[in-house]
Amino acid sequence: MSGGLTHRLHRPGDSPVHRLPAHVKVLALLAFVLVVVATPADAFAAFAGYAVLLATAAAMAGVPGTVIARRMVVEVPFVVFALLLPVLAGGPRVDVLGLSLSESGLLAGWNILAKGTLGVVASILLAATTDARSLLVGLARLRVPARLVEIASFMVRYADVVGDDLRRMRIARESRGFAPRHLGHARVVAQGAGALFIRSYERGERVHLAMLSRGYAGSMPLVDATPAARADWLRGTALPAAAVVIAVATWALS
Amino acid sequence: MTTPSLQVSGLAFAYADGHQALFGVDLTVGRGERVALLGPNGAGKTTLVLHLNGILTGGAGSVHVAGLEVRAGDRERLREIRRRVGIVFQDPDDQLFMPTVRDDVAFGPANLGLHGATLDARVEAALAAVGMTEVADRPPHHLSFGQRRRVGVATVLAMEPEVLVLDEPTSNLDPASRRELYDVLDALAVTQLVVTHDLPFALQLCERSVVLSGGMVVADGATADVLADEDLLRAHRLELPYGFDPRSVWR
Repeated sequence: MSGGLTHRLHRPGDSPVHRLPAHVKVLALLAFVLVVVATPADAFAAFAGYAVLLATAAAMAGVPGTVIARRMVVEVPFVVFALLLPVLAGGPRVDVLGLSLSESGLLAGWNILAKGTLGVVASILLAATTDARSLLVGLARLRVPARLVEIASFMVRYADVVGDDLRRMRIARESRGFAPRHLGHARVVAQGAGALFIRSYERGERVHLAMLSRGYAGSMPLVDATPAARADWLRGTALPAAAVVIAVATWALS
Repeated sequence: MTTPSLQVSGLAFAYADGHQALFGVDLTVGRGERVALLGPNGAGKTTLVLHLNGILTGGAGSVHVAGLEVRAGDRERLREIRRRVGIVFQDPDDQLFMPTVRDDVAFGPANLGLHGATLDARVEAALAAVGMTEVADRPPHHLSFGQRRRVGVATVLAMEPEVLVLDEPTSNLDPASRRELYDVLDALAVTQLVVTHDLPFALQLCERSVVLSGGMVVADGATADVLADEDLLRAHRLELPYGFDPRSVWR
């Protein structure tokens, strides 16, 4: 088993973006996305400005464009939907390259595409510059309910363990000549999933025992809690603040 | 005479489904002693271990850890008991559940209320004791199985326990990792109770062995003598590896 889930997303580095505390970055991401979403769809200049901001941040963090482009694949279902809108929506129509498209549909499609892409790229930047553990500590610092942080933390820890279980079960099935060919074989795969669930459930019980044995009394100790320096906050707000400036500027000029 | 690390008297226990696992177990482990707990599968070894830190309670008999009686319902006392009894479970993936090794070793002492420099010092000392300082910042799933087992030992050492309880410490280890684990355990001054099927390992590490079978202690003596008793071993489904003669081992 190689890298593991979280290590495939995180790109270790020592850029100014990497060094920012995770909770500052999470808040910056949230603020940036809010500004982007609040921008009217026809403020094209503003979206161009946001894109330049993200490109600058990516360059500072040393995350190559190819990496970002590859990870943007998660957006594909939304892109398909955005591309369908101009064809399916009603209202006045315009001719583009011989196709009759809906004007409002074009704008709505653009709206989804632009805002979605900016949000996805910003999230990719966060994931690439923040390792899973700092992210969890950051969420805890932001007062995200402790239970949710714990659940996320166990997910990070056990995704690979459960993935390994799954892989071993598949190898064991295939070693005994099982090759899924038609839908009837789904039953076997479903039974495998059931067995995996039971195994994981039992593992959960054992982990809980191990936690109790080391004095767990219902809440995780917050191990690392270095507060963010004022300079970090200033650096962290640079991106959303610049986005606000762009938004206000395009609104004032229009 | 000093207070023994562990004193189990007349311990009996039946699970909710009616299966009785322990029938009056008596066991005393002195401070600094290393005792191997041997027995076939289903002998009640795990049930006994889970009584030592009060995960299971409610049967007859009593368990004292360094003089303190394990009592259900008393949270403060249970916390102290769990500090005193450090259990290293068989599967390190159950034992290590935090995102990094350092966090995991800190989990126990942090639950005890330690923080800051004191906590860091505990973690460093525990990792140094098992020779795992250099992996402190790595996620547990990136370590080899033998390394994870040793980190598992560190997670309970960090609580500075009165007694270290190891459940099948050598299972799934390759011979080199097994020897490294032996070196680590042999260098620890703490009282140890080693639950194992690995009879040569018991002979190597522990002066004394206790055989648990059918929920009762059926033998208690010097490991060399217990392992030399062929009738006893056969009667309780214990088996030496092929070609291994405990009398031929130089000690």
